[in-house]
Amino acid sequence: MASTTVASDLAALTRHSLAGLRMLLVFTLLLGLAYPLAATAVGQVAFPWQADGSLVRSDGTHTTDRSEAVGSALVAQGFEGVEYFHPRPSAAGDGYDTSASAASNLGPLNPDLVATIEERKAAVAELEGVDPADVPADAVTASGSGLDPHISPEYAAIQVARVAEARGLSVADVEAAVAEHTAGRDLGVLGEPRVNVLELNLALDDAH
Amino acid sequence: MSTPVLVAVAQVLVLLALLAAVHAPLGAYMARVYSSPKHLRAERLWYRLVRVDPDAEQRWTTYLMSLLGFSLVSVLFLYGMLRLQAYLPWSLGFTGFDPAGAWNTAVSFVTNTNWQWYSGEAAAGHLVQMAGLAVQNFVSAAVGMAVAIALVRGFARSGTDARVGNFWSDLTRGVTRILLPLSLVAAVLLMAGGVIQNLDPHTAITTVEGATQQSLGGPVASQEVIKELGTNGGGFFNANSGHPLENPTPFTNLVEIFLILLIPFTLPRTFGILVGDKRQGWAILGVMGGLALASLVLTTWAEMAGPGAAPQAAGAAMEGKETRFGLAGSALFAVATTATSTGAVNASHDSLTAPGGGLVLFNMLLGEIAPGGVGAGLYGMLVLAVVAVFIAGLMVGRTPEYLGKKIGRQEMTLVALYVLTTPALVLVGTAAAVVVEPGLVGIQESGPHGLSEVLYAFASAANNNGSAFGGLTSGTPFYEVTQGLAMLAGRFVPIALVLALAGRLASQTAVPATSGTLPTHRPLFAGMLATVAIIVVGLTFIPVLSLGPVVESLS
Repeated sequence: MASTTVASDLAALTRHSLAGLRMLLVFTLLLGLAYPLAATAVGQVAFPWQADGSLVRSDGTHTTDRSEAVGSALVAQGFEGVEYFHPRPSAAGDGYDTSASAASNLGPLNPDLVATIEERKAAVAELEGVDPADVPADAVTASGSGLDPHISPEYAAIQVARVAEARGLSVADVEAAVAEHTAGRDLGVLGEPRVNVLELNLALDDAH
Repeated sequence: MSTPVLVAVAQVLVLLALLAAVHAPLGAYMARVYSSPKHLRAERLWYRLVRVDPDAEQRWTTYLMSLLGFSLVSVLFLYGMLRLQAYLPWSLGFTGFDPAGAWNTAVSFVTNTNWQWYSGEAAAGHLVQMAGLAVQNFVSAAVGMAVAIALVRGFARSGTDARVGNFWSDLTRGVTRILLPLSLVAAVLLMAGGVIQNLDPHTAITTVEGATQQSLGGPVASQEVIKELGTNGGGFFNANSGHPLENPTPFTNLVEIFLILLIPFTLPRTFGILVGDKRQGWAILGVMGGLALASLVLTTWAEMAGPGAAPQAAGAAMEGKETRFGLAGSALFAVATTATSTGAVNASHDSLTAPGGGLVLFNMLLGEIAPGGVGAGLYGMLVLAVVAVFIAGLMVGRTPEYLGKKIGRQEMTLVALYVLTTPALVLVGTAAAVVVEPGLVGIQESGPHGLSEVLYAFASAANNNGSAFGGLTSGTPFYEVTQGLAMLAGRFVPIALVLALAGRLASQTAVPATSGTLPTHRPLFAGMLATVAIIVVGLTFIPVLSLGPVVESLS
């Protein structure tokens, strides 16, 4: 490389950069426009409901029209009423803020986090009238996205009595609704059993 | 074994079965892609359009120059796009990125790192995501693969005057024949599973209890697949693969993990085919798989055991994890994303248990080789294989050889510089950040976990991973600029060294194996290679790991 100079290196880099620029522009058209638009076309034709965000109306039916939707089956809402099942704690914005999905990112030894967990545990135990030891982990921890649409079947179970009482229903009726909106592991081994909070609450609203 | 443990094991077995099923066919296909002299008709048109000669065999210096030229304009183009976002269509009303932020993000995506200081849903419009960020997800991955293939050619070729291939053809084929077709298929799977794919703006809706919530739009599925397949990792939304619209079900979670591991674990097969000895590929694969599996077992154990004050108080280490994935599904993703240089996350790594967080950090510090990023993992592992034969050669007093090529002083100089580059960036960067005020103010946690946050950030940047201990406030000029420099040097210095090595190897005439040659396809060598990998990283990082995750795990 003794014969090359800085100047000729720079000239070469410029030449290669110009070729690179032409390549990048064509790639941008192919990968940045044609590909996502083709994928969008496929999605809108083959899976319109999913591609538009798994939106649901107040009676629980599916829609792709945002103006008539009350939420997405995949996204948590901050239910607070006693007649509703409650979701997990959320660190997204001020809670369940889809413009600011986030975890708390607090470390495993963080004293503030430990205190928060203890507070939540006491609050849930009091609200549901159960022993603090029976409050499951998902009820007192913020999820990874802050928008976790699910709770564990264990957390649902301790909420049943409160919801049944608030709605004047039998515990068995509410338990049946929970069971109906509980999904098992995918393919039997993937992930965890879970209850979809929004779908469950809409089903209860719709039926009663 | 208890049910959770059985399910965790079964989940891994399903994944392994899928990877095993495609290993041989995809490996052979990729070998054909990079060795076929024929261009498709569309490709010939493509080359004529961009006016490059796809058949010119380039010396390593020219190959590097093309690569650097392409990457340079990529950074500038993306930087401009991010700065000017407000004037582009589909901006959703978002303003342009500030200079430090745009620099950081442009470098981040061009270097295949995808470190993100911003939240996608609150800062990036659809055009920037599609035509800016996702394009780099494709091409930066193809660049990594091209470099790996150039190194493999160096081993496979003999006396070629340092010619290692044609960058433009390698880049184009990697994108159009491998990444794009796989992405299209996988995007359909993700959409079926519930990942959104539309061009709608984020729209306010009224929730059941009367609150207002933004219903999010965006071409997410198309970007999600290449984010995983190209081991990029930059989320469309801030919560990344933990976001229910990016990763809605345990099934999509498996698909995404599969995509992350697919190319890194298949390239050893391609390598074996191209050097004419598949057993060499098995040895490399064995080392990658062994290290990754060990990390997975330990991390899953740590998360399921849930040590630490917060997990103990809650009853399980569910802080920062999604219900649908649970402990095992989150641990599996965390290991896959850090053992490759992906950096997508489906759970908060900052909230992992102390040993779990230390292990995913260790995965990155290992240099992203088991199995590492697309291409980058293979060339990193091959460089370490050269170190391993060198050490073996010293022990028996023979000139070391690998795949018929003599490893002399100059080869070892390049290899040594490679091995030193990222550790230097990680340690100097971390040390600098914990002694200056702008570095210290970003740290969230006190004590050892605070050091882990900074160490994780520089390990992630220099190794082009992109995941974070999210507690660190990285959206400040100090971190944006220093992280940008670490990403840039961590990507292109090793690439230059690898291509130089490829050139030297390609110039050599292969020496025939004799009875005295160290066989590099046997378990003995694989074991030695794994040991070298661990010793190199161990000797470099034990002091700082001791002050961070180790202290934390013991407290």
